[in-house]
Amino acid sequence: MAEATEFTLRLRRYDPESGAAPYWDEHTIELEPHRSVLEAILQARARFDGSIGIRCSCRAAICGSCGVRINGRPGLACHTHLDEAQRRAKDGVIEVEPMGNMPVIKDLIVDMDAVHWKKIHRVTPWLINKEPIPEREYVVPRESMVDITQSMACIQCGACVSDCMSMEVDPLFVGPAASAKAYRFVGDPRDAQQFERLQDLAEDPHGIYDCTHCFKCIDACPKGVAPMSQIMRLRRRAGTDHHIKDRNNGERHESAFVTLVRDYGMLHEAELLPRSYGGDSWFGKFHPKAGAELLDSLPSITRAVMRGKVTPKLALMGHKIPSNDLKSVKRIYKKVEGRDERLELNLYITGYDEDVEGAQTPPAVAAAGDGQHSAEPGQPGQNPEGSPSR
Amino acid sequence: MPAHDVLIIGAGLAGQRAALAAADAGATVAIMSKVHPVRSHSVAAAGGINAAINVADDWRSHAYDTVKGSDFLGDQDAIEIMCSEAPGEVMHLEHIGVTFHRNETGELDLRAFGGASMKRTAYVADITGQAILHVLYEQLMKYHERVDRYEEWFTTSLVLDDSGACIGVVARDVRTGAMETFSAKNVILASGGAGQCFKPTTNGLICTGDGIAQAYRAGAPIMDMEMIQYHPTTLVENGFLITEGARGEGAHLLNANGERFMEKYAPNKMELASRDVVSRAEQTEINEGRGVGPDGAGIYLDITVVPKKRTLEALREIVNIGKDFAGVDITAEPITIRPGQHYIMGGVKTDIDGQVPGVPGLYAAGEVACVSVHGGNRLGANSLLDTLIFGRRSGEHAAARAASMSMPTAPDAQMQHDADMMAAIISREAGPSSRRISEIKDELGTTMNANVAVFRDEAKLQHALEVVRRLKEESKTAYIDDRGTVFNQDVLGAIELGYMLDVSETIVLAAIERKESRGAQFRTDYPERNDDEWLKHIDLTRNGDGEAQISYSEVTFTQWQPEERKY
Repeated sequence: MAEATEFTLRLRRYDPESGAAPYWDEHTIELEPHRSVLEAILQARARFDGSIGIRCSCRAAICGSCGVRINGRPGLACHTHLDEAQRRAKDGVIEVEPMGNMPVIKDLIVDMDAVHWKKIHRVTPWLINKEPIPEREYVVPRESMVDITQSMACIQCGACVSDCMSMEVDPLFVGPAASAKAYRFVGDPRDAQQFERLQDLAEDPHGIYDCTHCFKCIDACPKGVAPMSQIMRLRRRAGTDHHIKDRNNGERHESAFVTLVRDYGMLHEAELLPRSYGGDSWFGKFHPKAGAELLDSLPSITRAVMRGKVTPKLALMGHKIPSNDLKSVKRIYKKVEGRDERLELNLYITGYDEDVEGAQTPPAVAAAGDGQHSAEPGQPGQNPEGSPSR
Repeated sequence: MPAHDVLIIGAGLAGQRAALAAADAGATVAIMSKVHPVRSHSVAAAGGINAAINVADDWRSHAYDTVKGSDFLGDQDAIEIMCSEAPGEVMHLEHIGVTFHRNETGELDLRAFGGASMKRTAYVADITGQAILHVLYEQLMKYHERVDRYEEWFTTSLVLDDSGACIGVVARDVRTGAMETFSAKNVILASGGAGQCFKPTTNGLICTGDGIAQAYRAGAPIMDMEMIQYHPTTLVENGFLITEGARGEGAHLLNANGERFMEKYAPNKMELASRDVVSRAEQTEINEGRGVGPDGAGIYLDITVVPKKRTLEALREIVNIGKDFAGVDITAEPITIRPGQHYIMGGVKTDIDGQVPGVPGLYAAGEVACVSVHGGNRLGANSLLDTLIFGRRSGEHAAARAASMSMPTAPDAQMQHDADMMAAIISREAGPSSRRISEIKDELGTTMNANVAVFRDEAKLQHALEVVRRLKEESKTAYIDDRGTVFNQDVLGAIELGYMLDVSETIVLAAIERKESRGAQFRTDYPERNDDEWLKHIDLTRNGDGEAQISYSEVTFTQWQPEERKY
């Protein structure tokens, strides 16, 4: 067993009663390197300063109390090893701060009611039973229960909310945790209002189309819930299965990305707006709303050009990739779209580290609603190996 | 002043189930918890919930297994209620949304568990407690207009009237430090166990015996306190729980010689004998030099014999625990475990409706309570069932009782007393002879674990009693650092330490009293079960001087007479 080693913590402290600003507080503790940051904080609290505020209970990544930011990345303090935290520290000192996107109450304790739980409430977070309720259990496909177990595995720690970039820009965004909660019902064959739930979240301008695919919530989640993947699944259910064309144009905007990459191999910025409004048709370019949106977007387009994010030539002419590569892209589309059923990867079925058994065992087919003929690629990133703690 | 028909303290499975049941019965309800409800320790229950739902099963078989598991100390009337109502309760959970695993035909799947004569454990992977807790909380959110929630409110005392009836509680808002008196026609204690009296323990830091101590201080009887469950599979290093579901799925226990030693101790049930039996077998192997790992203090749990795909699907949480907290890939190599403190069978004595005898208006349900369905040893996957059945029954009974009562008014005297007590703790200064709260807590846990564990004897127990009583004295001058009011976790920790010391003392006293070996209590100086003298419960009440009074109560028998216990 490893020897106890010295580690230094730099804790973000804030005393709301002092009238003073937040400050940094350093403590050196002694623990084996594979022990957790939480154990280190608890040792500092026990030995040096009992006033260090942090919520915690189980110490085993199941109660979800100790969400914090460690070296700027969100996660559970109990689920982050000291040696690893030290490796990631910029100056060898492990920095622990309260989570972001939520008001700080004291030290490492944030107000989850004001943000996280309010958003959970927003998605009608209880089962609306399909009638009639059977005398015994609902008989449902085995896979459907395993499938939603992934979002049931959410421990409501708030790590994904902490660093959600969309929420930073739009505090009203329903956000990753609440979306995962919503999928738990949309994917539950016992729920009677899947369409209504999807329509609600698609039509809400702060709903599922507000996510920008930044992957931060997938990185942050200590339980492999992969909230962004659940958001994408909500979109597929809404757009592809239930044909919900939301007023925010989210569904068409997303499908514009898909068809552009199919046609050009890469994103074609100038085509994005027209297609988002007018669809694939050539005449779509003259959709009046596209013009209005173009005018509306001119300032940000100008900014993007000035910062060199796009060049006018590439934007207008489109990116060119070698024709063989384009053919390969099209082959991928053909294969995926040619499937009869949509494959959804699921952590509980596929495991996490390798795909050894994938050869014999196909991933679960999501038990979705009607009209599952269109295909989507499986989701990336459901890999807890990529989480900050391990 | 807030006033409710039914006020529930604790928001784990028992508390939330009680709240929903009382609200359904038409009562005005509030639920109070020192942590957010989903942080409650029920969240850590992994393996599943027992119910005879297979058509080939019978609740009487479940009841017999439970009676036998209890080493015949369980009260059979309560066990019959729990087991006969279990299938209906599991179906109710299914209907409100618990995502129980299904079999190939889409019905509830069942897994094997310790001490059970057939597969009867419904489960959600190995996050069953979490799944049920979160689904109950979904229902509480649905009931937001009917159930008031006081989240992060710390209860400091029960309030009694002159007749000795419970009419409310005093609590502190953790977030603001404000103290408040709550009036209630009925108070249901559902505040969980007391694992933190031991170190290490599988229990969370919040499991500090609050409700047991509060009831004991209010004069309520507590029962079976000597019966402390050591779970057979906890990580050697930090005491984290590895679910019994692992053995349910077929995992083996191996000693240093690579032998499945359980064949010596329980040739029929092997690894799936009841927990006290398996823990004693492991401890015997370790004591006799056949342990593994550092100091030979562990046993191998070999999960590699379970098909990997099944492990990844049904034991996902312990795959993560192995990887994150022990650096072991359980699908590829054995993991080193040992018996560790897990559960307290004893608690606040109640009848089958959760009522505490001698204190009208006070109920208890779940781990804080002792009905007693677990007797000397609880079967795996019976604890979730206990919380839900007796949580619901308490909620329903309390709501019915409230209907014919007028609302009492709890006086503020107790609140003043508690506020003064906290102010006194906060103002204590560090002195040459005073200790830190954390030091006392540490010594308590280590002492209890060394002396009141799987194998006990008079000398060890007397030593533990001596230490606990010394620590009680030392705690009177122990000091804290936090002088604030907002989230002063330090002062709450001092109050929790007081609860833990009271509970620890009663555990040791009862263990000294019971001069036989039964269930989780194994006395090396009295190694036999002695039905002639000890087939009875030990009750403890606190007298006016604050001292424990010991008395006995009868075990209730219905259809099963004591017999030799073999697995």
